[in-house]
Amino acid sequence: MKDIAIVAYQQSDGVSDAGAVNEVELIMPVLDRTFEQARLDSAQDVDFVCSGSCDYLQGAAFAFVAGVDALGAVPPIKESHVEMDAAWALYESILKIRMGHADSALIYGFGKSSPGELPIVLSQQLDPYYLAPQWVDSISLAAMQARLMLDQGLITERDMAEVVSRSRRNARSNPHAQLAGDVSPEDVLAQETYLSPLRKADCCPVSDGASAVVIATVEKAKEWGLPYAIISGIDHRIETHNLGMRDLTDSVSTRTAAEHAGMHDGKVDVAELYAPFSHQEIILTRALGLGEETSINPSGGVLAGNLMMASGLSRIGEVFNRIVSGEAQRGVAHTTSGPCLQHNLVTVLEKA
Amino acid sequence: MSEEQEVVTVVKSPIYLKYNFTAGAAPARFLAQLKKGKLTGQRRAEPGAPVYSPPRGSCPASGRPTEQEVELSDKATVQSFTIVYIPIPGNAIEPPFVVANLVADGANISFIHLMSECDNADVHIGQRVQAIWKPEEEWDYSMDNIRYFKPIDEPDVPVEKIGKLSVTGQED
Amino acid sequence: MANLAAVVGVGQTKYTTKRQDVSIAGLVREAAVNALQDADLGWDDIDAVILGKAPDMFEGVIMPEVYLTDALGCNGKPMIRVHTAGSVGGSTAIVAASHVQSGTFRRVLTVSFEKQSESNAMWALSNPQPFSTHLNAGAGGYFAPIIREYIRRSNAPKDVGIKVAVKDRLHGARNPLAHLQKPDITMQEVEESFMLWDPIRFLEACPSSDGACAMVIANEELADKAAKQPAWIRGVAMRSEPTTFAGRDEVNPQAGRDCAADVYKQAGITDPRKDLDCAEVYVPFSWYEPMWLENLGFAPIGEGWKLTMEGATSLDEGGDIPWNCSGGVLSSNAIGASGMIRFAEAARQVRGDAGDHQVEGAKLALGHAYGGGAQFFAMWVVGSEKP
Repeated sequence: MKDIAIVAYQQSDGVSDAGAVNEVELIMPVLDRTFEQARLDSAQDVDFVCSGSCDYLQGAAFAFVAGVDALGAVPPIKESHVEMDAAWALYESILKIRMGHADSALIYGFGKSSPGELPIVLSQQLDPYYLAPQWVDSISLAAMQARLMLDQGLITERDMAEVVSRSRRNARSNPHAQLAGDVSPEDVLAQETYLSPLRKADCCPVSDGASAVVIATVEKAKEWGLPYAIISGIDHRIETHNLGMRDLTDSVSTRTAAEHAGMHDGKVDVAELYAPFSHQEIILTRALGLGEETSINPSGGVLAGNLMMASGLSRIGEVFNRIVSGEAQRGVAHTTSGPCLQHNLVTVLEKA
Repeated sequence: MSEEQEVVTVVKSPIYLKYNFTAGAAPARFLAQLKKGKLTGQRRAEPGAPVYSPPRGSCPASGRPTEQEVELSDKATVQSFTIVYIPIPGNAIEPPFVVANLVADGANISFIHLMSECDNADVHIGQRVQAIWKPEEEWDYSMDNIRYFKPIDEPDVPVEKIGKLSVTGQED
Repeated sequence: MANLAAVVGVGQTKYTTKRQDVSIAGLVREAAVNALQDADLGWDDIDAVILGKAPDMFEGVIMPEVYLTDALGCNGKPMIRVHTAGSVGGSTAIVAASHVQSGTFRRVLTVSFEKQSESNAMWALSNPQPFSTHLNAGAGGYFAPIIREYIRRSNAPKDVGIKVAVKDRLHGARNPLAHLQKPDITMQEVEESFMLWDPIRFLEACPSSDGACAMVIANEELADKAAKQPAWIRGVAMRSEPTTFAGRDEVNPQAGRDCAADVYKQAGITDPRKDLDCAEVYVPFSWYEPMWLENLGFAPIGEGWKLTMEGATSLDEGGDIPWNCSGGVLSSNAIGASGMIRFAEAARQVRGDAGDHQVEGAKLALGHAYGGGAQFFAMWVVGSEKP
């Protein structure tokens, strides 16, 4: 099987409200910078394009059709779309390269969540007969999960506050972060609870934005003369939708995906985990068996800015950045979808 | 459980979600001109670049932003059309009515609008039409400032020239 | 070079206006179970599930794979959700195939569905958008002017669309799963049916259906051992272009032409009318048959309608290149599934398993889907013989 590499990654600044711009206008500047980084003129210069988005974020069907207007798809291009985080668009692109139908691909994800009430919108992701009519929002479900953890003595509120504090501190060096600063665990604990036991700081912010990645076979990356990181493994797994049948204090599917992606075949220097809530970062760290030697969420993670449908792809991009800059030799990126970490994707990246 | 259970085949659970809709930066510039009673298009800031109206934020063929604003005529040509015989959900208009793809003079792409003050049977490709505007005091950020387009007494445009007329209605 | 892959199981539901006896989960599971039974396999034999459907707004369930994982026996497995507008059923089959063709998986299940009765697709397609004139009269309102332009260009007689409407319904009458069952339909009945979006009459438009379609796709080793004749995937292709751009040919989109050229090249097809035995092509409005006959290279430009009028695409008239023997989208339109039904029906033909709508001795078949403003295309060619 051909080795596949990442050669470019760009993300827009995470902002709570992108204002007047529409989807195309959100995507174009990010693609511009991505093409510049990969020294490409346009999407015509790659063999395949795949995107991730969700119509319900901005409340109009066919959001991704507008995305095509940002690509310069004349003459027509080979293109596909997943109604998922763009990390799954990257997964689809990898299959396309592995089967020999492409040597390179552009992947992008975008979301403008500010027009709606995101936690309420996400309630309509639940079983449409039993759960969605109850309008259980995504934060309330996460709060139940955190409560289970606290009551079982698996974490303390201080552990959660420390996750937030580290995220904010790390985010200071991330120019695209929405929330960054010197926030101590005490500062977090001093906040009142929002949806008990969660404080606002335990929850990721709502962000508008886009991110993009270019991948290619290693031969192509060399031909292009670009610095690259190798995708040595990728796997994803979904669990039951029935929350009552899951052990919410663990992430079995993350562990399985990591095993299949070969994460344990070497040391993990850096991990970027898609944990929209502070306690979920702890669940994921434990499920992946990460210890002291791994730097977790050096970008600040999604607690510092959560670009729906792009954040998972950005996690992969952030690990790529650290490998290419020489900060890390090997890293793992995690992406999630669904309530309480139902569906998880793990990507392992290595220095060339 | 001796009694026979009624079979449940339908549960009604209406979904109401509120959104703050934004048109986009480029469409907003177009809408601001419409409020002043002006039909505009936009194109890449390059000579000869195609003019899009209404603009959606990019020149879709190239994926580049449409930074340059171009004033258009409110005269247009019928590129194609349909006569709709069924009501549109949420629109009070009475069928049958003509929905046409119209290209405004000075633009290179068609938009959809209503045709009226015409015999539906006479509507044809290449026909010349002009906008009938609402009274100025009703103008808003909306294409609905134009109530409809009505045929005008100008010669038909040959099919190969549709979408290629300048703002003065001449061949470009 | 891609690894070989083949369809080893096909399952569908009956297509109908309202399936009130099943939930969305029940609907997709029914198709999936049928596909597994057809392949003589169980849930444990499946390595991953690839789900497709049209916009979430059609049912009001966001990212339905999240909720459908249990119904599709996917717990602990990979699951992915594809959405490429109306072409989605075809794109989903292609993404499913890539799971196997890439050598990553041995055997996968793919399912596409739409349960239009649980919401209102017409509303989802034409809900008012602020600032715009609200004249979107659903898909028919969008495609009618394009059809009118085709008629102008080709000088086709007015009854071509009527002929297709009759032909596909007669095909559908041979297929017990087809939504519309109209064995006695006549040209006169179609002509007298209500005009919706001139020139599209009621009986020249597709119905609104509930339904799901599923396939099991396996690698070479497993397909060789399959319970029934496999349908070998001989080529897959997708193309996209923007909805509108200056100079776009909406009648004969380049994305469709390029996509066809790509898939024919992979399958070694030089003359599609001669080399293929039949085709399942996405024709939601009758006039799209002559338009796609030209776009897909079955007829010279401007002459697609002649094939239709000669009966070349009709099973009942013994045509040389029958199109939509299953009845096509004109007989059943569960939107998200419609593309996959085309792909699956092509597979049924080359497996010799198409019942009363079987094209005798079919060895090579095209499955085609399109979506958006006729801008997204997905196609595959399947054959009875291993390449």
